Amino acid sequence: MRAFSYDRPDNVDAALRGVAGQPGTTTEAAVKFVAGGTNLLDLMKADVMRPERLVDISRLGLDRIEEIGDSGGDGGLRLGALARNADTAYDERVQTRYPMLSKAILAGASAQLRNMATNGGNLLQRTRCYYFYDTGTPCNKREPGTGCGALTGVNRIHAILGASDHCIAVHPSDMCVALAALEAVVRVSGPKGERIIPFADFHRLPGDTPHIDSTLAADELITAIDLPAEGFAKHSTYLKVRDRASYAFALVSVAAALEMDGQTIRTARLALGGVAHKPWRDPAAEAELAGKPASLETFAEAARVLLHDAKGQSHNAFKIGLAERAIVRALAEAAGVEHP
Amino acid sequence: MSQPTGPASRGHAQTQPAPPPEALEVTLTLNGSRRTLHVAPWTSLLDALRLHLDLTGTKKGCDHGQCGACTVLVDGRRINSCLTLAVMMEGRTVTTIEGLASGDTLHPLQEAFVEHDAFQCGYCTPGQICSAVGMLEEGHAKTDDDIRELMSGNLCRCGAYPNIVAAIRQVMDGQSKDGGKP
Repeated sequence: MRAFSYDRPDNVDAALRGVAGQPGTTTEAAVKFVAGGTNLLDLMKADVMRPERLVDISRLGLDRIEEIGDSGGDGGLRLGALARNADTAYDERVQTRYPMLSKAILAGASAQLRNMATNGGNLLQRTRCYYFYDTGTPCNKREPGTGCGALTGVNRIHAILGASDHCIAVHPSDMCVALAALEAVVRVSGPKGERIIPFADFHRLPGDTPHIDSTLAADELITAIDLPAEGFAKHSTYLKVRDRASYAFALVSVAAALEMDGQTIRTARLALGGVAHKPWRDPAAEAELAGKPASLETFAEAARVLLHDAKGQSHNAFKIGLAERAIVRALAEAAGVEHP
Repeated sequence: MSQPTGPASRGHAQTQPAPPPEALEVTLTLNGSRRTLHVAPWTSLLDALRLHLDLTGTKKGCDHGQCGACTVLVDGRRINSCLTLAVMMEGRTVTTIEGLASGDTLHPLQEAFVEHDAFQCGYCTPGQICSAVGMLEEGHAKTDDDIRELMSGNLCRCGAYPNIVAAIRQVMDGQSKDGGKP
């Protein structure tokens, strides 16, 4: 690992002073926050990320999970940015009111990593594209302008939606797929005070600037993730398809959440992981489900709409059919409809 | 926070506007004893244990958080010591495989691993045992499938998994019979 300096502030203002004046987005920053360290330190060992200074934010006290609003239970839940993934997944309120989120978190990584990794860090983890990790190959995300090794290389795990000629990497998080479906809100502190970022606007598509993962500025700190009151506890699930039974990234994952009126779908949320540079949502596919009877035919039609523009690479075209079937199965499980 | 204890005058630092400190002081409780060490910021907890503290029971497998051989307990929770900086451990309580036994009396999980022959080469074993201690403390495992799922962060290339599950199962069952105490 390259040399860097280290600081450990004990409050948010001091942490923000540590990154004050940095231009650009947090992805490109020379001074980085470290909390769990599970992804950043790994990338530093691989020489993919080369921060000059680490600001250890693990003692800022942003590790609580709290009710939003005065009365318990109807104003949503605030997940501290520094609450550990394991503590979040096993929190009784999360398990009861947001079971899809709990399931998604527990589908990711290993127990040790979930004990270390924080909620804010989960949002900022970087792609596991082999070419991004291998400094001997070209990668526009790691070294802008060098090209994309995956486009002509081994691209079995790569994107089928929203990719560009510059990058076909996917976002690796499970937790973020559930947060996208829940329409969580990211709370951020910076030099101009607090701001909120709707989850759909937090991550970005690669376009011609794949070296930027998110819209978080280099002088900002995630303080919390707010969950709206509606948790879809009755009709939701998280389905993850991967190469191993445990401890593997998703080839395709689906967060499916429904509001039902008898056997009719009132509203639907559908988010996919493992298929794009960010958790993938498609308003047209969700609209396709609204007002329809909960049936395998309805679900298949929504899957067709969502995957209409999907494009396979040389090794990952199987993901299109896989995603189609995963969507149908996840929606069937969420709705309580029998499926093959 | 800790102050640098040595000048950053060697090697890399010449071109940096603010040279990284060579060593920072960190004080932690390690296997029941208070220890102070001086480490460069980029020293992992794993390297600090093995190279600075002569505790080589904790193993370096992949050094990337994928194999679990480096698992230790920090404040009672299992983590990968390869993905943690030693300087982040200020004030923390760290328990390694060397800290599990009481004198000559093995920890029940150590006992069970011996009894069930839950290893072949033994390289993953310290990590497996520390991970199992953490898992039983967490209390989420009820079935053998739960054990397999919640131990999936510890790889065994010899394939001793059936015996590892049996060893953990035995201690888990003993705990529930004895009201939670091994």
